[in-house]
Amino acid sequence: FSCSSSGVKPAVATGLVGTVQQQDIMKWNGWGYADSKFFFNKKGQGEFTGKRYRLSGLILPSLKDWFEGTFGANLQHKSPPSLNTSAVAPPSLNEAFVEELKSTGIPFSHDTEDRVFRAHGHCLHEIFSLRDGRVGRCPDMVVWPNCHNDVVKIVELACKHSVCLIPYGGGTSVSSALECPPEETRSIVSLDTSQMNRILWIDEKNLTAHVEAGIIGQDLERLLNESGYCTGHEPDSMEFSSLGGWVATRASGMKKNIYGNIEDLVVHIKMVTPRGVIEKSCQGPRMSTGPDIHHFILGSEGTLGVVTEVTLKIRPIPEYQKYGSVVFPNFQQGVACLREVAKQRCAPASIRLMDNEQFQFGHALKPQVSSIFTSFLDGLKKFYITKFKGFDPHHLCVATLLFEGDREKVLQHEKLVYDIAAKFGGLAAGEDNGQRGYMLTFVIAYLRDLGMEYYVIGESFETSVPWDRWVLDLCRNVKERIVRECKEKGVQFPPLSTCRVTQTYDAGACVYFYFAFNYRGLSDPVHVYEQVEHAAREEILANGGSLSHHHGVGKLRKEWMQETISSVGLGMLKSVKDYLDPNNIFGNRNLL
Amino acid sequence: PRSTWSRKVRSKRDDFEDILEERRNSSDLRYAFKCYTPVLYRGLTPCKAATLKSMVLQSEQLLHVINQVSAESGESTDVVKDEAAAILEEMAHRLQLRTIRFFAYTLSKAFKALYRSVCVNEEGIQRLQQAMQEHPVVLLPSHRSYMDFLMMSYILYTYDLSLPVIAAGMDFLGMKFVGEMLRMSGAFFIRRSFGGDQLYWAVFSEYVKTMLRKGYAPIEFFLEGTRSRTCKSLTPKLGLLNIVMEPFFKGEVFDVNLVPVSMSYERVLEESLYARELLGVPKPKESTSGLLKARKILSEDYGSMHVYFSPPVSVRSLAQGRINRSQFNLTPRHVAQKPSEETQAFVNDVAYRIVRLQQENMVVKPWVLVATLLLQSVEGMELTELMEQTSWLRDLARMFGAFLDWPDHTPCSMVVSSSISLHRNLACVSGSRISLVVEGPQGPETPEEALFNRAVSVLSCASYRNQVLHVFLRPALLAMALSNANSSRKEDIYSCFDFLRNVFSDEFILSPGASVQDFDEACHLLVKCGAVELLHQDVVMAESGRTVLSFLTLLLEPFLQGYQVVCRYLREEATENLTEKQFIPAVRSFAVKLHLSGSLKCYEVLSSDLQKNALNALIRLNVVRRVRTLKS
Repeated sequence: FSCSSSGVKPAVATGLVGTVQQQDIMKWNGWGYADSKFFFNKKGQGEFTGKRYRLSGLILPSLKDWFEGTFGANLQHKSPPSLNTSAVAPPSLNEAFVEELKSTGIPFSHDTEDRVFRAHGHCLHEIFSLRDGRVGRCPDMVVWPNCHNDVVKIVELACKHSVCLIPYGGGTSVSSALECPPEETRSIVSLDTSQMNRILWIDEKNLTAHVEAGIIGQDLERLLNESGYCTGHEPDSMEFSSLGGWVATRASGMKKNIYGNIEDLVVHIKMVTPRGVIEKSCQGPRMSTGPDIHHFILGSEGTLGVVTEVTLKIRPIPEYQKYGSVVFPNFQQGVACLREVAKQRCAPASIRLMDNEQFQFGHALKPQVSSIFTSFLDGLKKFYITKFKGFDPHHLCVATLLFEGDREKVLQHEKLVYDIAAKFGGLAAGEDNGQRGYMLTFVIAYLRDLGMEYYVIGESFETSVPWDRWVLDLCRNVKERIVRECKEKGVQFPPLSTCRVTQTYDAGACVYFYFAFNYRGLSDPVHVYEQVEHAAREEILANGGSLSHHHGVGKLRKEWMQETISSVGLGMLKSVKDYLDPNNIFGNRNLL
Repeated sequence: PRSTWSRKVRSKRDDFEDILEERRNSSDLRYAFKCYTPVLYRGLTPCKAATLKSMVLQSEQLLHVINQVSAESGESTDVVKDEAAAILEEMAHRLQLRTIRFFAYTLSKAFKALYRSVCVNEEGIQRLQQAMQEHPVVLLPSHRSYMDFLMMSYILYTYDLSLPVIAAGMDFLGMKFVGEMLRMSGAFFIRRSFGGDQLYWAVFSEYVKTMLRKGYAPIEFFLEGTRSRTCKSLTPKLGLLNIVMEPFFKGEVFDVNLVPVSMSYERVLEESLYARELLGVPKPKESTSGLLKARKILSEDYGSMHVYFSPPVSVRSLAQGRINRSQFNLTPRHVAQKPSEETQAFVNDVAYRIVRLQQENMVVKPWVLVATLLLQSVEGMELTELMEQTSWLRDLARMFGAFLDWPDHTPCSMVVSSSISLHRNLACVSGSRISLVVEGPQGPETPEEALFNRAVSVLSCASYRNQVLHVFLRPALLAMALSNANSSRKEDIYSCFDFLRNVFSDEFILSPGASVQDFDEACHLLVKCGAVELLHQDVVMAESGRTVLSFLTLLLEPFLQGYQVVCRYLREEATENLTEKQFIPAVRSFAVKLHLSGSLKCYEVLSSDLQKNALNALIRLNVVRRVRTLKS
């Protein structure tokens, strides 16, 4: 991935900020970089613009057929966005707060564009409304603290003047967490952490790095790489999401099998709350000092305060990386193989299993082949798998693998995993397929924007679920429930309802669903979408899945919290909130 | 919602198609060897019966119980495993197409000899076919005759549908050869009672669930548990229903479809056998020679038969909002959990709902109405009067939603006389009068013999009347409440209705907890036919309501009297340590005594079915207590 332009300091002009980096190179009403998007060219072929991704600038000949075939969509039927930003209500400012803030010199803005940009995450309904030019309650102003002490000052002022603060990191939330509560009467201030993006120190003896929490994932990795290190924490959103956001939502990285999830990586956290600053006094690798206070912070979703600085474990950059893939005759066999790999605790850095629909979807994004030879080779491979090995192209599924470490160990490891896969009927399917699988992760969000141009809306959601047969049964039942609910709600064409297993654990797995449908003929597509997603979530819970593996709860999944953690559990969390923030300064109303 | 839902079903029913017609016009042999390619469940990977067995024996569920049993009994797991394998061997079906083809041939011959027509609603078949592709299907036919499951498989074969595996009682295995034939046509055999046998239960439930999860074949069983000797629906048994619903509760399948099937016979093969059995002549043990003797029945005319496949009922949609499936999340699925009270109540409701669906789509023949009227004038009646009343009753039954099979454009008198002639073993016309036929020995008979023979006739006749009881039941309870309540105030009438309903809920299919709906339904129907009026807080008889109300009251009279006799017996003669075994003969001889002394005219009290139901009701109402005593 290429990097974003960063480090342009906002210029302070009469208390306002002129430019702020991310916002300028990103879409305001869709996913990701403004220069990167899918579109159908005049010949009806799919293309991906820009220069940032492997797919950028390439022609995708199968995309149209897949798109039309899967959704019953038609390239003639466009649903272009109506651009209308004048619908934003003027800011309601707390004058006393603004006055005192000015005296601190911390940059802030109440420019409409700045406010709208921070009024949403990337839930379907949020983006859909934006495309329609509809904007709900927005933050009334944005502040850009530059360091921990700036945050302390802002929080003090907010408490003093009764202002509602909503921390903002990378803006990649998919749980309605950034939505401003419409019932909030106080002035809402979006606290943008993007200027707190420095690595403060690296400790090579202990292999830790102390980093400001506003840093964006890819910048963190790039800067550490310069010193020969990495965190290895790579959530799918790492191009845009921030360290503080990971902590606040209990993020999970693709390579957690080697590096762990965010809760395993964190050694020390500093958080500013209305009650004061919370942090531990030492960096001992493990403590028996009562319940770990980090666990009140991890997953608090901006309801308790702002995470300002984090000490993370770091690792030397791995010597060698190798992608891989395995084709299985069906999803069952694939899951059985992943289970065995988890049982033997020999999972590579990443192992993911796509179901058949996703496998086909992956094929739709295959770029035009460069030579007759490649196309001949592809044909041969297909022949070998389907005819010679007898795999049914409508049942086979693919696991993608990523190995990391020193070269020799990687090769050993690779052999071990392929040997296990072979026991479950898996055939090695090459590095390229593996790499494409991971690339897909980064571009799939862009694809939703393309769909929205042609009456197709969709979203992803995730869960974690125990092994045995829950994984299989849950996947089947949830997919089926989605198909049925769509039919009942009047969706004309069968939806795309597909899943993949993205993480394995000793006792279960993380399952990720994609769901999209053609909404032509529906008067309120977003409502239908929400009803179906709601039903799907109920189905997940009924089948033993969790409320969330790494997306978090936000406001979208709040209604199930009590059921999930019991009313006593909810009471515990509430009492912590009451102690830290009795006046609900951090009033985004997530989680509780 | 239940009552509106059932009314909706009633409003539209499918048309029938006679499947024997084609059999009469084309070769049975060719039919038996036709190309049979049923549509299968979409998730199914076909497997052999033997593979199925080893899947069951290797299932975690069963292994878990085997380990438990072995730990408790001290026997090695291998011994327990062998035991389990033996149980499964005894139980499992060995469905094979050869046997089916054999049955297809022989049954075609037999059915053509027995029946004028076998009518099936083809739309129901289409719905079933659809359902079979989508979800595991459970077929739930009513059970009035041995013919039922033969007929079910025969019909499914005819329409090229997957053949069911059928839960059958172990007693069939007593019939050499035939038992094995049934096994090869899809029957699997379960012991009638295996209360505490954990291993047996585990093998059995895992066997059924494995077939269901795999969508191996539709599973068929009789909710009523046994053939109803009275042709009245029996209180549903929940064991198997629990088992087939569990894979849905535990998320192992997306849904399970229950398909109620109503099988109605114009003449039941076993009619007089049943009456004798009810009067205490022991049920003949199932034996092959017995079956061969029964061959003489092939020469008789059993009229027509109707099979109605109701629309599939989705367990998922029934469970919506009633069952919190996440309760099953905290225990591994192979560990059996006792169903929660919530779940038990739900399964019970579903069972009642299915039985009511069976009832609603049960075809009522003209003879049923004739028998109903004849029983109200046991001494016989004028033929013209019968015709008139039958026509009146037909209209009433229709108004109450009965599924009548009444020929169009045929005068009522013709319909009545043709059904009398089909049932000439039960009713005879002499001159202008019609009366019950009482078979008896040529020559003198003792008063007891005379009573017995008469009772056989009455009970045989009653088995036809019973086929329409579900139509009139609720209004009849209301009619009875109207004549017994202290006032005409609605609350008083309701509490009387509720009391009667409670007393009779072992006798008739009355869903627990649906008293208010039943009362509303009864009021609705009686108002609709003009028998009662609802005035503010009162329910009163309408001017013209006398005929309807007295008919309805008389309909339930035999049951009321029967229960009264049982109570009298318990009060006057029963001793402290009456055993359950002694109870039935004792009540019977008490009733016989009353009859012979002329103080009792009701015959139905002699039926062991009524006696058992009455006892169960009294136990349920805490009037009688059941005490366990140690065997000496």
